[in-house]
Amino acid sequence: MIGQGINRTDGPVKVTGRARYSYERQEGGRALYGQIVGAGIARGRIARIDTTAAERVPGVRLVWTYRNAPEQGPPEGPEGDMMGRARPELVSDRIDYYGMPVAFLVADSFETARHAAQLVQVEYETEPGRYQLAAPADAAGWKGEVRIGDVDAALASASATVDQLYSTPHHFSQPMEPNACLADWRDGHLTLFLTAQMLNQLIVGLAETLKLDRSHITIDSAYVGGGFGSKIVLHAEAVLASLATMHLHQPVKVMFSRRQIFTLVGHRPASISRVRLGASADGRLVAVGHDAAIHTTPSEIWDEAISSVGLALYATPNLLTRQQHQVLDLKAAEPVRGPGELAGLMVFESAVDELAEQLGVDPVEFRIQNDTDYDPEKKRPLSGRRLVDCLREGAERFGWSERPRTATRREGRWMIGYGVASSMRGHFQTSADALVRIEPDGTVLVRSDMTDIGTGTYTIVAQVVAEALGVPMSVVRVELANSDHPKGNGAGGSWGAANTTVSVDRACSTLLERIRAVAGTTWNDIFAEVRRHFPDGLEAIGRQLDASREPAYKCYSQYTYGASFAEVGVDIDTGEVRLRRMLGVFAAGRILNRKTARSQLIGGMISGVGAALHEDAAVDPRFGHWVNGDFAEYLIPTHADIPAIDAIMLDDYDEAANHLGVKGIGELGAGGTGGSVANAVYNATGVRVRDFPITLAKLLPYLPTRG
Amino acid sequence: MKPFSYERPATTAEAIEAAARPGARVIAGGTNLLDLMKLGIEAPAHVVDINRIGLDRIEDTPEGGLRIGALVRNADLAADMRVRRHYPVLTRALVSGASGQLRNKATVAGNLMQRTRCPYFYNTDMPCNKRRPGSGCSAIGGLTHNLAVLGTSEACIATNPSDMCVALRALDAGVEVEGTGSAKRTIPMAEFHRLPGDTPHIETALQPGELITAVVLPAPLGGTQVYRKVRDRASYAFANVSLALVAHREAGAVVVDRLAFGGLALKPWRVEAGERGPRDADAIADIVLAGAKPTPDNAYKLPLARRVLAAALEQVE
Repeated sequence: MIGQGINRTDGPVKVTGRARYSYERQEGGRALYGQIVGAGIARGRIARIDTTAAERVPGVRLVWTYRNAPEQGPPEGPEGDMMGRARPELVSDRIDYYGMPVAFLVADSFETARHAAQLVQVEYETEPGRYQLAAPADAAGWKGEVRIGDVDAALASASATVDQLYSTPHHFSQPMEPNACLADWRDGHLTLFLTAQMLNQLIVGLAETLKLDRSHITIDSAYVGGGFGSKIVLHAEAVLASLATMHLHQPVKVMFSRRQIFTLVGHRPASISRVRLGASADGRLVAVGHDAAIHTTPSEIWDEAISSVGLALYATPNLLTRQQHQVLDLKAAEPVRGPGELAGLMVFESAVDELAEQLGVDPVEFRIQNDTDYDPEKKRPLSGRRLVDCLREGAERFGWSERPRTATRREGRWMIGYGVASSMRGHFQTSADALVRIEPDGTVLVRSDMTDIGTGTYTIVAQVVAEALGVPMSVVRVELANSDHPKGNGAGGSWGAANTTVSVDRACSTLLERIRAVAGTTWNDIFAEVRRHFPDGLEAIGRQLDASREPAYKCYSQYTYGASFAEVGVDIDTGEVRLRRMLGVFAAGRILNRKTARSQLIGGMISGVGAALHEDAAVDPRFGHWVNGDFAEYLIPTHADIPAIDAIMLDDYDEAANHLGVKGIGELGAGGTGGSVANAVYNATGVRVRDFPITLAKLLPYLPTRG
Repeated sequence: MKPFSYERPATTAEAIEAAARPGARVIAGGTNLLDLMKLGIEAPAHVVDINRIGLDRIEDTPEGGLRIGALVRNADLAADMRVRRHYPVLTRALVSGASGQLRNKATVAGNLMQRTRCPYFYNTDMPCNKRRPGSGCSAIGGLTHNLAVLGTSEACIATNPSDMCVALRALDAGVEVEGTGSAKRTIPMAEFHRLPGDTPHIETALQPGELITAVVLPAPLGGTQVYRKVRDRASYAFANVSLALVAHREAGAVVVDRLAFGGLALKPWRVEAGERGPRDADAIADIVLAGAKPTPDNAYKLPLARRVLAAALEQVE
């Protein structure tokens, strides 16, 4: 049962529209509609705000600005906890980032609210802001330094070296379902139907903001139309809808427009990396240096872990990785699909490709001969290290031996190239509880606050229960994503599947033990035994401990691994880059459902393609606003950009991770995928673009003329 | 979105009358206007829905060309066998624009009237001379990757986003319009879209009270017809540069009959002096691209246009 590519159990309700997403929920009766007005400047203060015209519109129920919004929990300093901090809105006349809420309106209809929102008049006193990231430099100080040996000395005596600057732009998560909330306050209890990823953490910050005890809040996120990190942190729609329903005693709905997602949800911060690599003449890495600059904000720090992606990727005696924070006047950054790796590995694996090219070593072989099984930072072995298997399997299936020499293969107007890159993603275990209850009526109920953000959690949980208890999946009823359920850490960081299924499996084991204690070791019908011995049903809570309390996590560093192979064509006339095929091979522990896992991995790979070729959230250096804040201008891959691509999962089981041998795959698909595309572009053209994304405008000056 | 009144006339005459009301805007497919209304860029007091007035036929003209009703959908026009056979550059331009869903809704007249996609025009927090004449152009000095290099002014550097219009310009199409009192005239494509000058808010030669009723294509040109659209992803992106080319060979040498670029200016960019002579691509480009004023962000468009032209000329049979 575990591992089978079973169709999603929630597929039928989703494709028939019966699955109600947050904004479609109708609990509490007729809802009012809220609209947020965002600041038109990025830094300064509100000089004058006039809401009179908006208030006069018939049907408008409430207009708030900093002058009359309800009191909320105080904001914390930049070091405050991302999830636990209060996030009050409309607290002062200060503007800290473009689009920051300056007014909030509630009306009887969506149309009325939107119309009234456009009537709010705001005048600003604009102050100059800092909007552009600079290359990392010693003068700005370093954080998170890991230093082993002497990189400078090793580089000085290396046979081949790379020392280059690479930059990646801001990225946005942008799931299909916008951030949305229906809030309903009644009888002293607040119920939020909120599209969210991690309820148990989000509720802490929400309670702080609203100055409510968390026992008076319930969050329900039954269906989530994609998260990619954008639904982890508490955002304005939840805060303002909650405050409004508590004020008006009627349900209130708020949804961000697509353009508002670009201003009210954090982005992946842009980065500039200096990567220094050195190798000996026989192709051994002797030095790895990665300095990365990212931005933070005056109010909050999100440390996108760019520089550390190469820490344990390959063996090296000399290592120096460190990160630098530059304060910019943008909205605070947030987790975005593949945080750290997606941008960091794209850069790092480009540099590795440059080094292999210099050495004249095949880039797959170069990676294989620099394999490691040791985490030099934590000073312990890597469990389940199967990078070489991924590389070899991928090279074989992809036909890597046919890789052309640099800039030599042409098919008509297309210059053809192959590229490879490694992927590696930390596996994190956090505490999680789950309840499993065998009902006398012949069904099994599972409850957890874990969310299914479109990845297939409902399905894999049912599979694990069906296997553990020996019952058909059809009798397993999985109830997820309610904050009143047993608590875990939700979906994010690639930890949801392992945490949840391990706790569910443990609950099943407890149930089996208790049945065995009264019914012996064998039975024909588990439900008959339960009815006989436990007429009211039988339930147990299964518990997964935080990694810090698991002995195996002190003995091993746990990661998942992958290798990405890409073939691109570059139009010799125009510099247009088009992906022709792509293969990802992954070793990520035991796979719970080969179909949903493959879908998730392919989705991650597409995200990597987007980072390499398309995505580029641009800030105007004068005004500090997102210039291309919509789907016409912020380019992500379309269907036409993605030909047939495939993801292969190696049969794997990591006993150091947990007793099911399961790890996560959420971020792994993206991993180094962008690097494989970048390296393929180089192989096709002989042109190395180090400023992502690789666009035709950047390639064009270096392309040969048609001949 | 500002509240508005709505009316759905049954005839062209009624539509013209309705559209003449103060603050009126005509809606056909709505693929551009509705977006702009939601963003507060367009705020009509009165919306005139012309989807019931007919004008949805493609007819042969006595001159051997085609008369395309203003409300013919982009998808239907692209698929019409007469267009595919005799005006392939138009079909190719149409199918390279937008997405299948949008082409099913968008009309010929709406495509002619679509407004720029300049990101500073789309952001009502930014000054823009198109939205608020005299407020200034915030695109100048900003991020201009896909803005104009030709025909720009101190007031505006926006581009026209249409693919269809580039082909229509190359084909010397005419835009038939009708005003109050059944006054009819035909505006040549060359004059339909205006360069920004110091009045970038005046975008077309259409006068108040006039309604587009049809687009007329002259008799077919034959020859090799190329539409090449260069863009930053494979679909659903506006052109960095596009090229509509009609050409043939004489004694082995390529003769350019028609040549128009998209993505370079606020109108399809055609310089007739670059046509008809047996010249090489660079010589043609020198003429057509003369006077360009690129920004550092969009200077790539000029060599790109040259390369696209050279490649297209090689395709000519």
